[in-house]
Amino acid sequence: METTPANTLGYFIAGYTVIFGTMLVYLVSLVVRHRNLMQEKRMLEDLEKEKK
Amino acid sequence: MKARSRVLLGLDVVTLLVMAAATYMVFIYAPVERTMGLVQKVFYFHVAAGWTGMLGFLAAVVAGIAYLATRKSSWDLVGLGAIEIGLVFALINIITGSIWARPIWNTWWTWDPRLTTATIMELVYAAYLMLRQGIEDPERRARFGAVYAIVGFISVPLTFFSIRIYRTIHPVVIGGGDPTVSGSFSMTPAMGATFGVALVAFSFLFASLLWHRIRLGQLGAQVEQLKLKLMH
Repeated sequence: METTPANTLGYFIAGYTVIFGTMLVYLVSLVVRHRNLMQEKRMLEDLEKEKK
Repeated sequence: MKARSRVLLGLDVVTLLVMAAATYMVFIYAPVERTMGLVQKVFYFHVAAGWTGMLGFLAAVVAGIAYLATRKSSWDLVGLGAIEIGLVFALINIITGSIWARPIWNTWWTWDPRLTTATIMELVYAAYLMLRQGIEDPERRARFGAVYAIVGFISVPLTFFSIRIYRTIHPVVIGGGDPTVSGSFSMTPAMGATFGVALVAFSFLFASLLWHRIRLGQLGAQVEQLKLKLMH
């Protein structure tokens, strides 16, 4: 007997939203942390030059 | 461009292509399972995320052993990065499992052995990040991190084998299991191929992310060095 698949489209969308959303948030966090560290590094290097 | 940066860029491109292929296969190529419907397709990235999480925790063990043997701080950066990435993917695994469970088990959550051990594993590694922050001495922090990563890894095989050891309602799709369990299904060749590509794609994604995370850690270490230099 043929069975019709359950309508679970909403859960499918929710699942992949979580997957890609979480990965995107983590990627953005890496980029932001990198940018902040680069800024801090440049600032510290400038301070070091001034000190000399 | 340095040779190492070129290799990383190449790895990023390959990762992007394999991820795109895996996504295409999940959304278009893989057939819709005849009882569960579209939500079954969450399985491909759900398992791949769990695999990536465990890969991260395993990499942290290797880095922990390497640190204890060599005392090189770079291994501490590898361990920290691997656990951070492992945590992100283990979290994806748990949340997507819960989303899948709602229409299939008729509940968002149940304290089944697999769900319980996976939650414990996530908490064990979340505690690693929190406890690390409380240790100021970098050498002590790295030693603690290495030992914790090795001991904490006990939670990983416990989670992996929980569905094979204990009575559980979680389906065992790979390597048999109880076919009467709600949500179990037999993989068709197209499903198997999609699953395989998803695992490969997530493995590349892990390697790429780990490399970037290590570089971030190295940059952080450089900043710390500069701060110390300016203070003295």
